Amino acid sequence: MHPALSVVIFTSFAGAGYGMLFLLGLLAAAQHHPADLRFNLACLVLTFLLMVVGLLASTRHLKHPERAWRAFSQWRSSWLSREAVAVMLTFVPAGVFALAWLVFVRLDGVWTLFPLLSALGAVAVVVCTAQIYASLRTIPEWHQPLVLPLYLAFALATGTLWVNAVTWSFGVTAPFAPVFALITLVLAWGLKLLYWRRIDGLKPASSTASATGLGRPGGVRTFDPPHAGTNYVMTEMGFQIGRRHASKLRRIALGLGFLLPALGCLVMILAAGPLGILAGWLAAAAGLAGVVVERWLFFAEARHVVMNYYRSQ
Amino acid sequence: MTSLPATPPARKLGLVIDLDTCVGCHACAVSCKEWNTGGYPAPLTDQDPYGAGVTGTWLNRIHSYELEAEIGPAGVEEVGRTIYFPRSCLHCDNAPCVTVCPTGASFKREEDGIVLVDEDKCFGCGLCAWACPYGARELDQGSGTMKKCTLCVDRITDQSLEEAARVPACVQACPASARHFGDLADPDSEVSRLVAARGGYDLMPEMDCAPTNKYLPPRPRRTGNRGQGEAPRLEPLAEAGGFLGWLDRVLAD
Ligand code: SF4
Ligand code: SF4
Ligand code: SF4
Repeated sequence: MHPALSVVIFTSFAGAGYGMLFLLGLLAAAQHHPADLRFNLACLVLTFLLMVVGLLASTRHLKHPERAWRAFSQWRSSWLSREAVAVMLTFVPAGVFALAWLVFVRLDGVWTLFPLLSALGAVAVVVCTAQIYASLRTIPEWHQPLVLPLYLAFALATGTLWVNAVTWSFGVTAPFAPVFALITLVLAWGLKLLYWRRIDGLKPASSTASATGLGRPGGVRTFDPPHAGTNYVMTEMGFQIGRRHASKLRRIALGLGFLLPALGCLVMILAAGPLGILAGWLAAAAGLAGVVVERWLFFAEARHVVMNYYRSQ
Repeated sequence: MTSLPATPPARKLGLVIDLDTCVGCHACAVSCKEWNTGGYPAPLTDQDPYGAGVTGTWLNRIHSYELEAEIGPAGVEEVGRTIYFPRSCLHCDNAPCVTVCPTGASFKREEDGIVLVDEDKCFGCGLCAWACPYGARELDQGSGTMKKCTLCVDRITDQSLEEAARVPACVQACPASARHFGDLADPDSEVSRLVAARGGYDLMPEMDCAPTNKYLPPRPRRTGNRGQGEAPRLEPLAEAGGFLGWLDRVLAD
């Protein structure tokens, strides 16, 4: 599948933003954060920035963004519509949460409802995003039970890294935070390794034989394409990445997304002060960059069954 | 509404495509483009139409495949051959392209099962094209909306046309009668009888889309020399004499 930058940026950045919202929602509801207005403000600005950059990128993918409001209508059948609804619904408690957090600094009583609802909304958005891909049986690499936990785990891991970076910058050093980040990193990338193993061993259920109904497998070959040039289906679904290139990018994704942030977390545990702060921000940035590469590969390594019409596989 | 019809459509209009008689002339593809660029999904735009890198939106595309000869213990059982293979929307019963659409632009008609796009609602996300296993949907780069075979809905329902013309443009254009149009829900319709008689089949049944359109397999060909009906060998002509023989010899030198 063609890895459109708009969608790659959307799922990775917005994923990190919703990961932050989830974590902040839980921390705020548990009153487990420094009583510092500037901390709250910094966290919220970063969260909304990541979410909004992602959401804006996603509208770049649309040919008629002015009709985007229509996407709220088909939640009964469409995961993309459900995602749009979840995004909008989540803005309501998240908005109240943000305002209340900035006014009261710490939330208690009924006010804890809003951070909790925000956390719930964040999960719902990421679930919908993952299901858009996981529900497509035309793309066997996406139609996998691992896809949903993967999206959730990456959102949590990157979100945690960003929250930790802000926390360290305010001089709060809770050693559990980087340990938790390490756990989420191991979880996310462990799942990813499993996923890569899984898709490398995929036996395609469809072939040119089943696509055309002609002959036994191997008995039918593409002879001539319908036209000399290219077309939308070929450029959108025909993108294919070489094996060597892919394995190089997998290593880059692991290095950026796992090794560097893990190293950063270790430094944070050992060193407070400027070194710990620097490590925190580098870990967050590298973690997100790693997920961008991972998301790019998620597309580039996926093969759509329609290509059985264009080349014998 | 992108939920599929609650009750299966009573009529299922669709095409039956005969891979035995299709000669790969592209007449159906060209007439499809010609009719539909001014019809329901108008326009079907082209990009760089007169340049080297021309691309454009077509609702029907004709592939060619090569079938290997089948060699059994008794020699060639089936000769190798080229098959021409028209591909367009199959108007699936269980259409995933419809249910994924977030805007309500894609829908399946309750009355006859035709799958259409309401382009005034489509925002060009392309998700329906990802969901279709058959490559039947193309995002028009000119209009920014999704295009697909309409089953020529504006022709087959046009009461001002004489009855014989109320068929899809591609069906009317085909010089080999390789395309048949009718109601596949009615077991007595001409198309249903054709499917039954010729063993019409679904493409990629493993995708569970329950396509309405059916394909008729190529009929088996007679294989090689079986000793019957062989033409007599040609004998060399006897040399002519006289003037003609002389002329022949002169001209041959
Ligand atoms: S062939 Fe593709 S576009 Fe047509 S109804 Fe089936 S899934 Fe939808
Ligand atoms: S491209 Fe248009 S018709 Fe297709 S899913 Fe998106 S909005 Fe619906
Ligand atoms: S039925 Fe009409 S729109 Fe569909 S392939 Fe034939 S000519 Fe094209």
